[in-house]
Amino acid sequence: MGTMQNADRHSQSVKLDSPLSLDCGKQLEGVEIAYASHGALNADKSNAILICHALTGDQYVASDHPVTGKPGWWTRMVGPGKPIDTDRYHVICANVLGSCMGSTGPASICPVTGKPYAMDFPVITIADMVRAQAMLLDHLGIDRLHAVVGGSMGGMQVLSWVAQYPARVSAAAVIASTSRHSAQNIAFHEVGRQAIMADPNWQGGEYYDDGGAAPSAGLAVARMAAHITYLSEAGLTEKFGRRLQDRDAKTFGFDADFQIESYLRHQGINFVERFDANSYLYITRAMDYFDLSEAHGGLLAQAFAGTSTRFCLISFNTDWLYPTAESRTILQALHAAGADASFVELESPFGHDAFLLENAEMEAIMRGFLNGGRVV
Amino acid sequence: MTQLRPDQKIIAAHVADGARVLDIGCGSGVLMQELAEARSADVLGMEINPAKVAAAMARGLSVAQGDALKDLVHYPDQSFDYVILSQTLQAVKRPDLVLDELVRIGRQAFVSFPNFAHWRVRLSLLVGGRMPVTRLIPEQWYDTPNIHHVTVDDFRALIRDKGLQQDGQWFLSGDTQTGRGAANLMAEHAVFLLRR
Repeated sequence: MGTMQNADRHSQSVKLDSPLSLDCGKQLEGVEIAYASHGALNADKSNAILICHALTGDQYVASDHPVTGKPGWWTRMVGPGKPIDTDRYHVICANVLGSCMGSTGPASICPVTGKPYAMDFPVITIADMVRAQAMLLDHLGIDRLHAVVGGSMGGMQVLSWVAQYPARVSAAAVIASTSRHSAQNIAFHEVGRQAIMADPNWQGGEYYDDGGAAPSAGLAVARMAAHITYLSEAGLTEKFGRRLQDRDAKTFGFDADFQIESYLRHQGINFVERFDANSYLYITRAMDYFDLSEAHGGLLAQAFAGTSTRFCLISFNTDWLYPTAESRTILQALHAAGADASFVELESPFGHDAFLLENAEMEAIMRGFLNGGRVV
Repeated sequence: MTQLRPDQKIIAAHVADGARVLDIGCGSGVLMQELAEARSADVLGMEINPAKVAAAMARGLSVAQGDALKDLVHYPDQSFDYVILSQTLQAVKRPDLVLDELVRIGRQAFVSFPNFAHWRVRLSLLVGGRMPVTRLIPEQWYDTPNIHHVTVDDFRALIRDKGLQQDGQWFLSGDTQTGRGAANLMAEHAVFLLRR
């Protein structure tokens, strides 16, 4: 491959050389960032695409998950010949700061105490996650990204990337996302956090020691509540309706009589196997604190002032978590800033989750957007 | 690849090289692509139909799904060299308000529309007594997107009332250009280049 660096590394980890300065005012020492990469980086390091994952996502975007054994979370989109084509692009996906798949988070060992941070982990923000990613790219010697792409919380990171490092991003794709968390968004997250903290196993976050049990019941409930927000009412009706689960009649009890109950319980149980409850607290907090206009005098357009980045915004008509109006708000700010911005609302019955599922239009748009950059 | 319509050819021929252009009602981006390739223009599009927006985006064009009447207000003053509204004026709810936005956003604005006073349209209504259905106005009255039929003289009156400057006017009969003399009667199609 000559000067090309090879290539698919399903997960590796970098320890950042310098402390990470956080929005809360604290510094985090010895931060580790776990990441995966696919496709070769070209000689002038100009073909890198950073993919930012959602709340409970991870770096396993296009390779099997080591805990669940399931395929990567965006294999429809990322791979050889796929819309984000690893034959053309060097794709990087890093586990976010605060998460639990190899990057530093509340379950990591604090270098000062030698014990897990737990609730001594500082409260982080989306901007902090992006700062850590930028330091990872510094380490990799990648100055400018061909594109940053993300859905949901990944989209928030994409917007922050452009606002924080305008010169480092050629193109930005923001899918099913928002420029700020609404009261309703915060409300659902608070339900999840309270479920975790109400679990007696949570113990103020100090559940890592002596083989104690994790607050799995609370985390499962948090996941169940959140999962409802990822689906549409019509989609739930179509998939489950009022159908009963493996029985002919209601039991007049509190078993999972309905298919939807069984499905949600299953989602909750599977989730706790792969996710740390304290990470869930910290990352949902980061999302709730997200309001890109706040740091720009309340004017979202100011976040994009003078930008030369190309933007692609996609929303889904049945997404009520981050509805189309949120994407339109971003679009209007981009237009006011004179930015080159595309936007479309796609139809899907699948609600917010649509961005993770098969969607031929989304795939064609992503391919066109990434390949359509004018040669400067 | 779809061919340019005759009015789009006139517009493409009169856009300066390297201009910044907004094409409103851009469809799947045929004119945008021509302007980008032949004129090295920096072109953005707006289109109301999401399937057409998706098709344009899939071709790598920058198109925002939007409604001219609602969404043009978000663009800054004079932020484009040209704003193009081709075969769309007669389909928007308030053509007069959209025209105000065109000349606010663009230093110049191309507007093209089918002329409802063309002799064939007049004859069709006069003789047949039914709403005309012609090559350029192919829909029936009940399913036409053209909710504000307009004539060349109507449009001239509107731009006079608004005090707009005319930098160019072109008229088409069939697919060929025709004189401006009896345009209101003879032109099937008109293209105006305006400024505030």
